[in-house]
Amino acid sequence: MIWLFLSSGLFLGWSLGANGAATIFGTAVATRMIRFGTAALVAGLFVVIGSVAGVSGTAGTLDELGGIDAPAGAFGVALAAGLSLFLLLRQSGFPISTSQSIVGAIVGWNLYTGHATDPAVLSRIVSSWFFCPLLAGAIAALFYLSLRAATPRLRIHLLEVDALTRVGLLLVGAFGAFSLGQNNIAIVMGVFLRVSPFPEKLMLGPLRVSSAQMLFLAGGLAIAAGIATYSQHSMRRLGSGLTKLSPLAALIVVGATATVLWLFASPGLAHFLRAHGLPALPLVPVSSSQAAVGAILGISLVRRSPVRWRSVGEIVLGWVLAPVLAALISFIGLFVLANVFLLPVATP
Amino acid sequence: MSFLFRRTRALEAQIDQFLDTVSEGCLVFEQGVDDYLRGDREEFEERHKAIRILEAKADGLRREIETRLYVESLIPDHRGDVLGLLESLDNVIDQAKQTLAQFEVERPDVPESLAAEYTTLARVCVQSSQHLVDSCRAFFREITAVRDHLHKVYFFEKEADRLADALKRRVFSMDLDLARKIHLRYFCLHIEKVSDRAEEVADRLAIYTIKRTI
Repeated sequence: MIWLFLSSGLFLGWSLGANGAATIFGTAVATRMIRFGTAALVAGLFVVIGSVAGVSGTAGTLDELGGIDAPAGAFGVALAAGLSLFLLLRQSGFPISTSQSIVGAIVGWNLYTGHATDPAVLSRIVSSWFFCPLLAGAIAALFYLSLRAATPRLRIHLLEVDALTRVGLLLVGAFGAFSLGQNNIAIVMGVFLRVSPFPEKLMLGPLRVSSAQMLFLAGGLAIAAGIATYSQHSMRRLGSGLTKLSPLAALIVVGATATVLWLFASPGLAHFLRAHGLPALPLVPVSSSQAAVGAILGISLVRRSPVRWRSVGEIVLGWVLAPVLAALISFIGLFVLANVFLLPVATP
Repeated sequence: MSFLFRRTRALEAQIDQFLDTVSEGCLVFEQGVDDYLRGDREEFEERHKAIRILEAKADGLRREIETRLYVESLIPDHRGDVLGLLESLDNVIDQAKQTLAQFEVERPDVPESLAAEYTTLARVCVQSSQHLVDSCRAFFREITAVRDHLHKVYFFEKEADRLADALKRRVFSMDLDLARKIHLRYFCLHIEKVSDRAEEVADRLAIYTIKRTI
């Protein structure tokens, strides 16, 4: 039965892959610098590695928001997040924030089961939604200005710039996919941590694999499947929908997005900063689509190129709708599970 | 690093070769006009033959470059601009070849007193084409230097206009048959067209350069 419940998490992972990869490789694919097949292969591989590496990262924050302790409850929450994501993605075609969907769905679980939502945790998460695109925009603008200043001095042939940009897009894209897996795996599998169907420990030769790692590996594979099967449309849409980007600008967008995802997901970096008395960013699952949109706008504003504000408005509307819709679907879904299928959605 | 550029280095060499061919073709044109005006028929025939070979070579190189850019999906965002640039550059050498061909076919009877002015006009036109080739090289390798060369293209094109205008006035002020005057004016226009073509390419290049800045 638990495997059936887990399927909703895998569906959410598939949905995340379908539009999360667009933020990493969308601009590169839209500018025809990288073929979709290559982008899907690299993104799929590194998102799985990042997922397994993300065990000690952002999952704790979602657990603090709502400690879902019944398999049916986790099933309902993950399914609600996945459904809201899928419905909005189909409706608008723009990448929708998965992190907002899962947070909305968890709040829906809290509301249905009568658990209190910790305002401090919620405000930490919501503030990161605002901070993430701003930070991505600032980093992208900085990268852009540095590159614009450096390029004329390097005297590289146009064709060599093209070759270097392709390699750069692949490398930075791989880093971005790793960061996406590391940061966003908590969104996909975080709600199942307390009800994982995997054994506590598993020895694979000399390698000791924990239950969480196996769970996150399954989630990572689901994300990779989403990338391979359904991300092509949203890649092209993100890459050409907001403003026209050059391949070098695309490289900057991917770099800034990946950096922001990594900053919000790296326990090692947070520990290092705190150890040196510096402020560290909270380990929060942030939206890759918000980071990418922030980065694209950052570059567009610096180079004063026209922005399709109507498209920006549609994307922002999707961000507002995603948590609200997810909370609503979660609440109704949990009601159906508890009253029609008579499944416990929370431990009394 | 070289393995990264294995595919592009050969194409870079072809682009350089194309630019060399256009430049050489224009220099041959200048010498051809000079040979004709000096009455050296044998040398003129040689120049005419040479420019035809160079023009054919430029055509072949341009087609090869265009095919490789498409087949290997290189520089997707600048491909159209580069193809437009190469095609319009090809028009410059084509114009030079056609002008020499017209000298060959029509054999204008240029008065000795005007020969130096025709030579100067051809030299100034060729100077504009040489700076154009330099600006195209800069477009590929050193984008900030493009403007330095472009302003010289425009300078020599204006200079060619001025010289051609003065030459036409002199032709029509001379005591010659109207038919001969018109014939001489046509040759003035044909030579001048080389710098006009160079100016057209320079205008395109100025836009492409703005587009290339990230």
